Amino acid sequence: MVNLALAWAEAYGGAHPEMRLSVTGGGSGTGLAALINGTVDIANASRAIKPEEKAQAEANGIEPVEFIVARDAIAVIVNPENPVSALTLPQLSAIYSGQITNWREVGGEDRPIVLLSRETNSGTHVYFLEHVLRLGDSKNKTLFSPDILLMPSSEGIGAEVRQNPNAIGYDGLGYVTNDMKTIAVAKDVGLPYVMPTIATVNDKSYPIARDLYMYTRGEPQGAVQAYMEWVLGAEAQKIVAALGFVPVSNH
Amino acid sequence: MNQNRNWPELIIESLIRATGYSAILFVALIFIFLLREGLPAFTEVKWEVLLSARWYPIEGYFGLLPLISGSLIVTLGAALIAVPFGLATAIFIAEIAPRWAREILKPLVEVLGGLPSVVLGFLGMITLAPLVRLTLNTPTGLTAFTGSILLAGMVIPTLVSVAEDALDAVPRSYRDAALALGATKWQTIWRVTLPAARSGVLTAIMLGIGRAIGETMTVMMVTGNAARLPTGLNALFLPVRTMTATIAAEMGEVANGSTHYHVLFTIGIVLFVISFIVNLTASAVVFQQKKRAERLLS
Repeated sequence: MVNLALAWAEAYGGAHPEMRLSVTGGGSGTGLAALINGTVDIANASRAIKPEEKAQAEANGIEPVEFIVARDAIAVIVNPENPVSALTLPQLSAIYSGQITNWREVGGEDRPIVLLSRETNSGTHVYFLEHVLRLGDSKNKTLFSPDILLMPSSEGIGAEVRQNPNAIGYDGLGYVTNDMKTIAVAKDVGLPYVMPTIATVNDKSYPIARDLYMYTRGEPQGAVQAYMEWVLGAEAQKIVAALGFVPVSNH
Repeated sequence: MNQNRNWPELIIESLIRATGYSAILFVALIFIFLLREGLPAFTEVKWEVLLSARWYPIEGYFGLLPLISGSLIVTLGAALIAVPFGLATAIFIAEIAPRWAREILKPLVEVLGGLPSVVLGFLGMITLAPLVRLTLNTPTGLTAFTGSILLAGMVIPTLVSVAEDALDAVPRSYRDAALALGATKWQTIWRVTLPAARSGVLTAIMLGIGRAIGETMTVMMVTGNAARLPTGLNALFLPVRTMTATIAAEMGEVANGSTHYHVLFTIGIVLFVISFIVNLTASAVVFQQKKRAERLLS
Protein backbone atom coordinates (compact mmCIF):
# COMPACT_ATOMS: atom_id res chain seq x y z
CA MET A 1 0.00 0.00 0.00
CA VAL A 2 3.08 2.21 -0.21
CA ASN A 3 1.78 3.60 -3.55
CA LEU A 4 -1.32 4.86 -1.83
CA ALA A 5 0.50 6.32 1.16
CA LEU A 6 2.88 8.12 -1.20
CA ALA A 7 0.06 9.53 -3.33
CA TRP A 8 -1.71 10.76 -0.21
CA ALA A 9 1.42 12.35 1.21
CA GLU A 10 2.13 14.03 -2.11
CA ALA A 11 -1.39 15.43 -2.50
CA TYR A 12 -1.56 16.55 1.12
CA GLY A 13 1.94 18.01 1.06
CA GLY A 14 1.02 19.96 -2.09
CA ALA A 15 -1.97 21.54 -0.39
CA HIS A 16 -0.22 22.05 2.96
CA PRO A 17 3.38 22.99 2.17
CA GLU A 18 4.02 23.75 5.86
CA MET A 19 3.58 20.02 6.65
CA ARG A 20 6.47 17.68 6.15
CA LEU A 21 5.50 14.11 5.38
CA SER A 22 7.94 11.38 4.50
CA VAL A 23 6.81 7.93 3.49
CA THR A 24 8.95 4.80 3.66
CA GLY A 25 8.08 1.39 2.24
CA GLY A 26 9.13 -2.09 3.28
CA GLY A 27 5.98 -3.97 4.19
CA SER A 28 3.39 -3.87 6.97
CA GLY A 29 5.72 -5.58 9.44
CA THR A 30 8.32 -2.89 8.83
CA GLY A 31 5.84 -0.08 9.40
CA LEU A 32 4.37 -1.58 12.56
CA ALA A 33 7.86 -2.36 13.90
CA ALA A 34 8.76 1.29 13.33
CA LEU A 35 5.60 2.37 15.17
CA ILE A 36 6.43 0.02 18.05
CA ASN A 37 9.97 1.41 18.21
CA GLY A 38 8.57 4.94 18.18
CA THR A 39 10.32 6.12 15.01
CA VAL A 40 7.17 7.00 13.04
CA ASP A 41 3.89 8.81 13.78
CA ILE A 42 1.71 6.71 11.50
CA ALA A 43 2.16 3.13 10.35
CA ASN A 44 0.41 1.98 7.18
CA ALA A 45 -0.42 -1.71 7.21
CA SER A 46 -2.29 -3.97 4.85
CA ARG A 47 -3.14 -6.30 7.73
CA ALA A 48 -4.50 -5.77 11.23
CA ILE A 49 -1.94 -5.44 14.02
CA LYS A 50 -1.04 -8.78 15.62
CA PRO A 51 -1.77 -9.21 19.36
CA GLU A 52 1.95 -9.68 20.11
CA GLU A 53 2.80 -6.49 18.22
CA LYS A 54 0.16 -4.65 20.21
CA ALA A 55 1.60 -6.03 23.44
CA GLN A 56 5.10 -4.95 22.39
CA ALA A 57 3.87 -1.46 21.56
CA GLU A 58 2.16 -1.19 24.94
CA ALA A 59 5.35 -2.38 26.63
CA ASN A 60 7.06 0.57 24.93
CA GLY A 61 4.32 2.92 26.17
CA ILE A 62 2.62 3.30 22.78
CA GLU A 63 -1.08 2.73 22.29
CA PRO A 64 -1.72 1.97 18.59
CA VAL A 65 -5.06 3.35 17.35
CA GLU A 66 -6.54 1.68 14.29
CA PHE A 67 -8.16 3.34 11.25
CA ILE A 68 -9.54 1.49 8.23
CA VAL A 69 -8.53 3.85 5.42
CA ALA A 70 -9.26 1.87 2.25
CA ARG A 71 -10.10 -1.58 0.96
CA ASP A 72 -8.03 -3.72 -1.32
CA ALA A 73 -8.63 -6.82 -3.34
CA ILE A 74 -5.79 -9.23 -3.98
CA ALA A 75 -5.82 -10.10 -7.65
CA VAL A 76 -4.45 -13.41 -8.88
CA ILE A 77 -2.50 -12.73 -12.05
CA VAL A 78 -1.07 -14.83 -14.86
CA ASN A 79 0.58 -14.20 -18.20
CA PRO A 80 -1.87 -13.11 -20.95
CA GLU A 81 -0.85 -16.18 -22.99
CA ASN A 82 -2.17 -18.49 -20.27
CA PRO A 83 -5.60 -19.91 -21.28
CA VAL A 84 -6.68 -20.41 -17.64
CA SER A 85 -9.04 -17.60 -16.62
CA ALA A 86 -10.89 -18.85 -13.53
CA LEU A 87 -9.86 -20.73 -10.39
CA THR A 88 -11.50 -21.65 -7.10
CA LEU A 89 -9.98 -20.87 -3.71
CA PRO A 90 -9.32 -24.58 -3.01
CA GLN A 91 -7.54 -24.81 -6.37
CA LEU A 92 -5.41 -21.76 -5.52
CA SER A 93 -4.61 -23.32 -2.16
CA ALA A 94 -3.52 -26.57 -3.83
CA ILE A 95 -1.44 -24.67 -6.40
CA TYR A 96 0.36 -22.53 -3.83
CA SER A 97 0.97 -25.43 -1.42
CA GLY A 98 2.57 -27.45 -4.21
CA GLN A 99 -0.08 -30.17 -4.66
CA ILE A 100 -0.91 -28.98 -8.16
CA THR A 101 2.27 -28.34 -10.14
CA ASN A 102 1.10 -28.34 -13.75
CA TRP A 103 -1.33 -26.00 -15.49
CA ARG A 104 -2.92 -29.05 -17.17
CA GLU A 105 -4.48 -30.03 -13.83
CA VAL A 106 -6.55 -26.82 -13.73
CA GLY A 107 -7.55 -26.82 -17.40
CA GLY A 108 -4.52 -25.13 -18.92
CA GLU A 109 -1.63 -26.15 -21.14
CA ASP A 110 0.95 -28.76 -20.22
CA ARG A 111 3.32 -26.34 -18.48
CA PRO A 112 4.94 -26.33 -15.05
CA ILE A 113 3.48 -23.80 -12.63
CA VAL A 114 5.92 -21.18 -11.34
CA LEU A 115 4.67 -19.75 -8.06
CA LEU A 116 5.33 -16.11 -7.25
CA SER A 117 4.72 -14.46 -3.94
CA ARG A 118 5.66 -11.31 -2.07
CA GLU A 119 8.31 -11.62 0.65
CA THR A 120 7.23 -12.80 4.10
CA ASN A 121 7.42 -9.22 5.46
CA SER A 122 4.57 -8.17 3.16
CA GLY A 123 1.08 -7.93 4.60
CA THR A 124 -0.17 -9.28 1.27
CA HIS A 125 1.86 -12.45 1.86
CA VAL A 126 0.40 -13.04 5.32
CA TYR A 127 -3.12 -12.32 4.14
CA PHE A 128 -2.76 -14.73 1.22
CA LEU A 129 -1.34 -17.41 3.54
CA GLU A 130 -4.22 -17.11 5.98
CA HIS A 131 -7.15 -16.57 3.64
CA VAL A 132 -6.23 -18.43 0.47
CA LEU A 133 -3.67 -21.11 1.34
CA ARG A 134 -5.35 -21.97 4.65
CA LEU A 135 -8.81 -20.96 3.45
CA GLY A 136 -9.38 -18.80 6.53
CA ASP A 137 -9.09 -21.78 8.89
CA SER A 138 -6.80 -20.84 11.78
CA LYS A 139 -6.17 -24.53 12.63
CA ASN A 140 -4.98 -25.22 9.09
CA LYS A 141 -1.17 -25.30 9.10
CA THR A 142 -0.61 -25.62 5.34
CA LEU A 143 2.59 -23.91 4.20
CA PHE A 144 3.61 -22.42 0.89
CA SER A 145 5.46 -24.87 -1.34
CA PRO A 146 9.23 -24.59 -0.80
CA ASP A 147 9.53 -23.95 -4.55
CA ILE A 148 7.76 -20.62 -4.21
CA LEU A 149 9.64 -17.60 -5.53
CA LEU A 150 9.63 -14.77 -3.00
CA MET A 151 9.92 -11.43 -4.77
CA PRO A 152 11.10 -8.39 -2.85
CA SER A 153 8.74 -6.05 -4.72
CA SER A 154 5.49 -5.83 -6.67
CA GLU A 155 7.59 -4.87 -9.68
CA GLY A 156 9.46 -8.18 -9.38
CA ILE A 157 6.18 -10.11 -9.56
CA GLY A 158 4.91 -7.96 -12.43
CA ALA A 159 8.08 -8.39 -14.48
CA GLU A 160 8.02 -12.18 -14.14
CA VAL A 161 4.28 -12.54 -14.84
CA ARG A 162 4.56 -10.33 -17.93
CA GLN A 163 7.31 -12.40 -19.52
CA ASN A 164 6.76 -15.94 -18.22
CA PRO A 165 3.69 -17.95 -19.37
CA ASN A 166 4.31 -20.49 -16.57
CA ALA A 167 3.97 -17.95 -13.78
CA ILE A 168 1.13 -17.28 -11.37
CA GLY A 169 1.33 -14.42 -8.92
CA TYR A 170 -0.84 -12.38 -6.62
CA ASP A 171 -0.74 -8.75 -5.64
CA GLY A 172 -2.95 -5.85 -4.66
CA LEU A 173 -5.46 -4.81 -7.33
CA GLY A 174 -3.73 -1.42 -7.50
CA TYR A 175 -0.57 -3.05 -8.87
CA VAL A 176 -2.24 -4.96 -11.70
CA THR A 177 -1.59 -3.49 -15.13
CA ASN A 178 -3.22 -4.24 -18.49
CA ASP A 179 -0.39 -6.47 -19.69
CA MET A 180 -1.23 -9.13 -17.09
CA LYS A 181 -4.29 -11.38 -17.03
CA THR A 182 -6.47 -11.28 -13.93
CA ILE A 183 -8.04 -14.56 -12.81
CA ALA A 184 -11.69 -14.72 -11.75
CA VAL A 185 -11.94 -16.43 -8.36
CA ALA A 186 -14.74 -18.51 -6.86
CA LYS A 187 -14.97 -19.07 -3.11
CA ASP A 188 -15.62 -22.77 -3.67
CA VAL A 189 -16.52 -25.31 -6.31
CA GLY A 190 -19.97 -24.53 -7.77
CA LEU A 191 -19.98 -20.89 -6.64
CA PRO A 192 -19.74 -18.11 -9.22
CA TYR A 193 -16.35 -16.91 -10.44
CA VAL A 194 -15.89 -13.21 -9.66
CA MET A 195 -13.44 -10.72 -11.14
CA PRO A 196 -11.91 -8.26 -8.68
CA THR A 197 -13.39 -4.79 -9.26
CA ILE A 198 -14.39 -1.91 -6.99
CA ALA A 199 -18.01 -3.07 -7.17
CA THR A 200 -17.30 -6.71 -6.33
CA VAL A 201 -15.03 -5.74 -3.43
CA ASN A 202 -17.60 -3.38 -1.92
CA ASP A 203 -20.46 -5.87 -2.19
CA LYS A 204 -18.06 -8.50 -0.73
CA SER A 205 -18.65 -10.96 -3.58
CA TYR A 206 -14.93 -11.10 -4.47
CA PRO A 207 -13.46 -13.57 -1.99
CA ILE A 208 -9.89 -12.24 -1.58
CA ALA A 209 -10.38 -8.70 -0.32
CA ARG A 210 -9.12 -6.99 2.77
CA ASP A 211 -9.09 -3.74 4.68
CA LEU A 212 -6.10 -1.40 4.67
CA TYR A 213 -5.15 0.19 7.96
CA MET A 214 -3.32 3.13 9.40
CA TYR A 215 -2.13 3.02 12.99
CA THR A 216 -1.30 6.13 14.98
CA ARG A 217 0.63 6.48 18.22
CA GLY A 218 -2.23 7.03 20.66
CA GLU A 219 -5.32 9.08 19.69
CA PRO A 220 -4.12 11.34 16.85
CA GLN A 221 -3.52 14.97 17.78
CA GLY A 222 -2.56 18.17 16.02
CA ALA A 223 -1.05 17.64 12.60
CA VAL A 224 -1.55 13.87 12.68
CA GLN A 225 -5.23 14.32 13.54
CA ALA A 226 -5.72 16.77 10.67
CA TYR A 227 -4.01 14.34 8.31
CA MET A 228 -6.13 11.38 9.42
CA GLU A 229 -9.33 13.39 8.95
CA TRP A 230 -8.18 14.36 5.47
CA VAL A 231 -7.28 10.72 4.62
CA LEU A 232 -10.79 9.57 5.51
CA GLY A 233 -12.36 12.48 3.62
CA ALA A 234 -13.69 12.64 0.07
CA GLU A 235 -10.55 14.08 -1.57
CA ALA A 236 -8.18 11.39 -0.30
CA GLN A 237 -10.68 8.63 -1.03
CA LYS A 238 -10.82 9.82 -4.63
CA ILE A 239 -7.09 9.08 -4.80
CA VAL A 240 -7.83 5.62 -3.39
CA ALA A 241 -10.16 4.91 -6.30
CA ALA A 242 -7.74 6.40 -8.83
CA LEU A 243 -5.01 3.97 -7.73
CA GLY A 244 -7.22 0.92 -8.13
CA PHE A 245 -7.98 0.46 -4.45
CA VAL A 246 -11.49 0.56 -3.05
CA PRO A 247 -12.60 3.66 -1.12
CA VAL A 248 -14.21 3.40 2.31
CA SER A 249 -17.35 5.36 3.07
CA ASN A 250 -17.36 6.43 6.69
CA HIS A 251 -19.78 9.28 6.22
CA MET B 1 66.42 20.63 17.23
CA ASN B 2 66.72 16.88 16.94
CA GLN B 3 63.63 16.43 19.06
CA ASN B 4 61.69 18.83 16.86
CA ARG B 5 62.40 16.74 13.81
CA ASN B 6 61.31 13.56 15.55
CA TRP B 7 57.97 14.81 16.72
CA PRO B 8 56.06 14.68 13.42
CA GLU B 9 57.66 11.36 12.62
CA LEU B 10 56.58 9.93 15.95
CA ILE B 11 53.01 11.11 15.44
CA ILE B 12 52.81 9.76 11.91
CA GLU B 13 54.37 6.50 12.98
CA SER B 14 51.93 5.93 15.81
CA LEU B 15 49.03 7.00 13.58
CA ILE B 16 49.96 4.41 10.99
CA ARG B 17 50.38 1.81 13.69
CA ALA B 18 46.95 2.68 15.14
CA THR B 19 45.30 2.38 11.72
CA GLY B 20 46.92 -1.00 11.24
CA TYR B 21 45.80 -2.31 14.60
CA SER B 22 42.33 -0.79 14.21
CA ALA B 23 41.66 -3.14 11.29
CA ILE B 24 42.09 -6.07 13.67
CA LEU B 25 40.05 -4.29 16.29
CA PHE B 26 37.15 -3.64 13.91
CA VAL B 27 37.04 -7.23 12.69
CA ALA B 28 37.07 -8.41 16.29
CA LEU B 29 34.32 -5.95 17.26
CA ILE B 30 32.15 -6.99 14.32
CA PHE B 31 32.60 -10.62 15.20
CA ILE B 32 31.81 -10.00 18.89
CA PHE B 33 28.66 -8.09 17.89
CA LEU B 34 27.59 -10.88 15.54
CA LEU B 35 28.17 -13.46 18.26
CA ARG B 36 26.25 -11.44 20.83
CA GLU B 37 23.23 -11.05 18.54
CA GLY B 38 23.43 -14.44 16.86
CA LEU B 39 24.38 -16.90 19.60
CA PRO B 40 21.05 -16.69 21.47
CA ALA B 41 19.51 -18.39 18.44
CA PHE B 42 21.25 -21.64 19.39
CA THR B 43 19.44 -21.75 22.72
CA GLU B 44 16.11 -20.50 21.33
CA VAL B 45 16.01 -22.78 18.30
CA LYS B 46 16.81 -26.50 18.44
CA TRP B 47 19.71 -27.81 16.35
CA GLU B 48 17.35 -30.12 14.44
CA VAL B 49 15.35 -27.08 13.38
CA LEU B 50 18.42 -25.10 12.31
CA LEU B 51 19.64 -28.08 10.29
CA SER B 52 16.26 -28.79 8.71
CA ALA B 53 15.43 -28.14 5.08
CA ARG B 54 12.64 -25.61 5.59
CA TRP B 55 13.05 -21.84 5.90
CA TYR B 56 9.79 -20.11 6.73
CA PRO B 57 10.60 -17.80 9.64
CA ILE B 58 7.15 -16.33 10.25
CA GLU B 59 5.96 -19.80 11.30
CA GLY B 60 9.09 -20.78 13.22
CA TYR B 61 10.84 -22.84 10.53
CA PHE B 62 14.49 -21.82 10.73
CA GLY B 63 16.28 -24.38 8.52
CA LEU B 64 19.55 -22.79 7.41
CA LEU B 65 20.65 -25.50 4.96
CA PRO B 66 18.71 -24.23 1.92
CA LEU B 67 20.15 -20.75 2.44
CA ILE B 68 23.74 -21.94 2.89
CA SER B 69 23.53 -24.24 -0.12
CA GLY B 70 21.86 -21.45 -2.10
CA SER B 71 24.76 -19.08 -1.46
CA LEU B 72 27.31 -21.79 -2.26
CA ILE B 73 25.61 -22.76 -5.54
CA VAL B 74 25.41 -19.18 -6.79
CA THR B 75 29.00 -18.42 -5.73
CA LEU B 76 30.36 -21.64 -7.23
CA GLY B 77 28.55 -20.95 -10.49
CA ALA B 78 29.92 -17.40 -10.54
CA ALA B 79 33.46 -18.67 -9.87
CA LEU B 80 33.19 -21.27 -12.65
CA ILE B 81 32.29 -18.52 -15.11
CA ALA B 82 34.43 -15.68 -13.74
CA VAL B 83 37.77 -17.45 -13.17
CA PRO B 84 38.41 -18.67 -16.74
CA PHE B 85 37.02 -15.51 -18.32
CA GLY B 86 38.75 -13.19 -15.88
CA LEU B 87 42.10 -14.94 -16.11
CA ALA B 88 41.96 -15.06 -19.88
CA THR B 89 41.17 -11.34 -19.98
CA ALA B 90 43.97 -10.53 -17.54
CA ILE B 91 46.48 -12.59 -19.55
CA PHE B 92 45.34 -10.96 -22.77
CA ILE B 93 45.66 -7.45 -21.35
CA ALA B 94 48.99 -8.06 -19.64
CA GLU B 95 50.79 -10.32 -22.12
CA ILE B 96 49.26 -10.22 -25.55
CA ALA B 97 47.42 -6.98 -26.24
CA PRO B 98 49.44 -4.17 -27.83
CA ARG B 99 50.20 -1.19 -25.62
CA TRP B 100 47.41 1.05 -26.98
CA ALA B 101 44.77 -1.67 -26.52
CA ARG B 102 45.95 -2.26 -22.95
CA GLU B 103 45.54 1.42 -22.13
CA ILE B 104 41.95 1.36 -23.33
CA LEU B 105 40.97 -2.06 -22.01
CA LYS B 106 42.11 -1.81 -18.42
CA PRO B 107 40.24 1.38 -17.50
CA LEU B 108 37.16 0.09 -19.35
CA VAL B 109 37.14 -3.13 -17.34
CA GLU B 110 37.51 -1.12 -14.15
CA VAL B 111 34.57 1.11 -15.09
CA LEU B 112 32.51 -2.05 -15.51
CA GLY B 113 33.36 -2.89 -11.91
CA GLY B 114 31.79 0.36 -10.77
CA LEU B 115 28.30 -0.51 -12.04
CA PRO B 116 25.84 -0.35 -9.13
CA SER B 117 24.51 -3.79 -8.27
CA VAL B 118 20.87 -2.63 -8.36
CA VAL B 119 21.27 -1.54 -11.97
CA LEU B 120 22.83 -4.86 -12.86
CA GLY B 121 20.07 -6.70 -11.01
CA PHE B 122 17.34 -4.79 -12.79
CA LEU B 123 18.93 -5.40 -16.17
CA GLY B 124 19.21 -9.08 -15.28
CA MET B 125 15.58 -9.29 -14.22
CA ILE B 126 14.30 -7.65 -17.39
CA THR B 127 16.67 -9.00 -20.05
CA LEU B 128 18.73 -11.94 -18.82
CA ALA B 129 16.02 -13.88 -16.98
CA PRO B 130 13.72 -14.25 -20.02
CA LEU B 131 16.73 -15.21 -22.13
CA VAL B 132 17.78 -17.92 -19.67
CA ARG B 133 14.23 -19.29 -19.54
CA LEU B 134 13.86 -19.46 -23.31
CA THR B 135 17.30 -20.84 -24.15
CA LEU B 136 17.53 -23.40 -21.33
CA ASN B 137 13.80 -24.14 -21.33
CA THR B 138 13.57 -23.90 -17.54
CA PRO B 139 10.21 -23.17 -15.84
CA THR B 140 11.46 -19.72 -14.83
CA GLY B 141 14.43 -17.54 -15.73
CA LEU B 142 14.96 -16.52 -12.10
CA THR B 143 17.54 -19.18 -11.32
CA ALA B 144 20.85 -19.61 -9.53
CA PHE B 145 22.48 -19.67 -12.96
CA THR B 146 21.10 -16.21 -13.81
CA GLY B 147 22.53 -14.93 -10.55
CA SER B 148 25.85 -16.62 -11.28
CA ILE B 149 26.16 -14.94 -14.67
CA LEU B 150 25.47 -11.49 -13.20
CA LEU B 151 27.78 -12.10 -10.25
CA ALA B 152 30.49 -13.24 -12.65
CA GLY B 153 29.99 -9.94 -14.45
CA MET B 154 30.58 -8.09 -11.19
CA VAL B 155 33.52 -10.25 -10.13
CA ILE B 156 35.43 -10.25 -13.43
CA PRO B 157 36.52 -6.57 -13.25
CA THR B 158 38.03 -7.04 -9.76
CA LEU B 159 39.62 -10.30 -10.82
CA VAL B 160 41.05 -8.87 -14.04
CA SER B 161 42.39 -5.75 -12.37
CA VAL B 162 44.22 -7.55 -9.57
CA ALA B 163 45.43 -10.47 -11.70
CA GLU B 164 46.68 -8.12 -14.42
CA ASP B 165 48.68 -6.17 -11.85
CA ALA B 166 50.24 -9.41 -10.62
CA LEU B 167 51.13 -10.54 -14.14
CA ASP B 168 52.51 -7.11 -14.95
CA ALA B 169 54.77 -7.29 -11.89
CA VAL B 170 56.56 -10.41 -13.14
CA PRO B 171 60.09 -9.28 -14.15
CA ARG B 172 60.70 -9.01 -17.86
CA SER B 173 63.83 -11.13 -17.51
CA TYR B 174 61.67 -14.22 -16.75
CA ARG B 175 59.90 -13.94 -20.08
CA ASP B 176 63.11 -13.14 -21.94
CA ALA B 177 64.80 -16.19 -20.43
CA ALA B 178 61.91 -18.47 -21.38
CA LEU B 179 61.79 -17.12 -24.92
CA ALA B 180 65.58 -17.43 -25.24
CA LEU B 181 65.29 -21.10 -24.28
CA GLY B 182 63.01 -21.57 -27.26
CA ALA B 183 59.65 -21.54 -25.50
CA THR B 184 56.68 -20.31 -27.53
CA LYS B 185 54.66 -17.32 -26.34
CA TRP B 186 51.95 -19.62 -24.99
CA GLN B 187 54.50 -21.81 -23.16
CA THR B 188 56.05 -18.71 -21.63
CA ILE B 189 52.68 -17.50 -20.36
CA TRP B 190 51.45 -20.85 -19.10
CA ARG B 191 54.69 -22.25 -17.66
CA VAL B 192 56.58 -19.15 -16.54
CA THR B 193 54.61 -15.91 -16.18
CA LEU B 194 51.44 -17.34 -14.68
CA PRO B 195 53.23 -19.53 -12.07
CA ALA B 196 55.48 -16.60 -11.15
CA ALA B 197 52.39 -14.42 -10.55
CA ARG B 198 50.53 -17.22 -8.82
CA SER B 199 50.08 -15.60 -5.42
CA GLY B 200 48.69 -12.41 -6.92
CA VAL B 201 46.40 -14.34 -9.24
CA LEU B 202 45.16 -16.43 -6.33
CA THR B 203 44.47 -13.28 -4.33
CA ALA B 204 42.46 -11.99 -7.30
CA ILE B 205 40.36 -15.15 -7.38
CA MET B 206 39.77 -15.10 -3.63
CA LEU B 207 38.81 -11.42 -3.69
CA GLY B 208 36.37 -12.26 -6.46
CA ILE B 209 34.82 -15.16 -4.57
CA GLY B 210 34.58 -13.00 -1.45
CA ARG B 211 32.72 -10.36 -3.42
CA ALA B 212 30.42 -12.96 -4.99
CA ILE B 213 29.36 -14.57 -1.73
CA GLY B 214 28.70 -11.21 -0.09
CA GLU B 215 26.74 -9.67 -2.97
CA THR B 216 23.12 -9.06 -2.05
CA MET B 217 21.03 -6.84 -4.26
CA THR B 218 21.70 -8.48 -7.60
CA VAL B 219 21.08 -12.03 -6.38
CA MET B 220 17.96 -10.95 -4.54
CA MET B 221 16.52 -9.58 -7.77
CA VAL B 222 17.31 -12.46 -10.12
CA THR B 223 17.62 -15.75 -8.21
CA GLY B 224 13.93 -16.07 -7.33
CA ASN B 225 14.57 -16.42 -3.57
CA ALA B 226 12.98 -19.86 -3.25
CA ALA B 227 14.38 -21.53 -0.14
CA ARG B 228 14.57 -25.09 -1.39
CA LEU B 229 17.25 -27.65 -0.64
CA PRO B 230 19.08 -28.75 -3.81
CA THR B 231 18.54 -32.39 -4.71
CA GLY B 232 20.89 -32.70 -7.66
CA LEU B 233 23.13 -30.97 -10.14
CA ASN B 234 20.11 -29.35 -11.79
CA ALA B 235 19.91 -27.06 -8.75
CA LEU B 236 22.03 -24.55 -10.65
CA PHE B 237 19.10 -24.07 -13.04
CA LEU B 238 16.44 -23.72 -10.34
CA PRO B 239 15.61 -20.76 -8.11
CA VAL B 240 17.63 -20.44 -4.90
CA ARG B 241 17.60 -18.19 -1.87
CA THR B 242 20.95 -16.92 -0.66
CA MET B 243 21.97 -16.00 2.87
CA THR B 244 22.59 -12.38 1.95
CA ALA B 245 19.23 -11.96 0.22
CA THR B 246 17.50 -13.50 3.25
CA ILE B 247 19.12 -11.06 5.66
CA ALA B 248 18.37 -8.10 3.37
CA ALA B 249 14.76 -9.07 2.75
CA GLU B 250 13.87 -9.94 6.32
CA MET B 251 15.98 -7.74 8.61
CA GLY B 252 13.73 -4.73 8.06
CA GLU B 253 10.71 -6.53 9.42
CA VAL B 254 11.87 -8.41 12.50
CA ALA B 255 11.21 -7.14 15.98
CA ASN B 256 14.45 -6.34 17.77
CA GLY B 257 15.51 -9.26 19.98
CA SER B 258 13.07 -11.82 18.60
CA THR B 259 14.13 -15.36 17.66
CA HIS B 260 13.92 -14.50 13.96
CA TYR B 261 16.24 -11.52 14.60
CA HIS B 262 18.78 -13.74 16.35
CA VAL B 263 18.64 -16.35 13.58
CA LEU B 264 19.31 -13.67 10.96
CA PHE B 265 22.47 -12.77 12.89
CA THR B 266 23.36 -16.46 13.02
CA ILE B 267 23.25 -16.38 9.21
CA GLY B 268 25.58 -13.39 9.47
CA ILE B 269 27.98 -15.48 11.57
CA VAL B 270 27.89 -18.29 9.00
CA LEU B 271 28.67 -15.77 6.22
CA PHE B 272 31.49 -14.28 8.26
CA VAL B 273 32.98 -17.72 8.97
CA ILE B 274 32.77 -18.75 5.31
CA SER B 275 34.53 -15.62 4.05
CA PHE B 276 37.08 -16.01 6.86
CA ILE B 277 37.82 -19.57 5.72
CA VAL B 278 38.12 -18.45 2.09
CA ASN B 279 40.63 -15.76 3.07
CA LEU B 280 42.54 -18.07 5.39
CA THR B 281 42.95 -20.78 2.74
CA ALA B 282 44.05 -18.16 0.25
CA SER B 283 46.74 -16.74 2.49
CA ALA B 284 47.83 -20.23 3.56
CA VAL B 285 48.31 -21.26 -0.07
CA VAL B 286 50.09 -18.02 -0.92
CA PHE B 287 52.38 -18.41 2.09
CA GLN B 288 53.29 -21.98 1.19
CA GLN B 289 54.08 -21.04 -2.37
CA LYS B 290 56.27 -18.20 -1.28
CA LYS B 291 58.37 -20.62 0.74
CA ARG B 292 58.72 -22.93 -2.23
CA ALA B 293 59.58 -20.07 -4.56
CA GLU B 294 62.22 -18.85 -2.11
CA ARG B 295 63.74 -22.32 -2.00
CA LEU B 296 63.87 -22.50 -5.76
CA LEU B 297 65.51 -19.12 -6.08
CA SER B 298 68.18 -19.71 -3.46
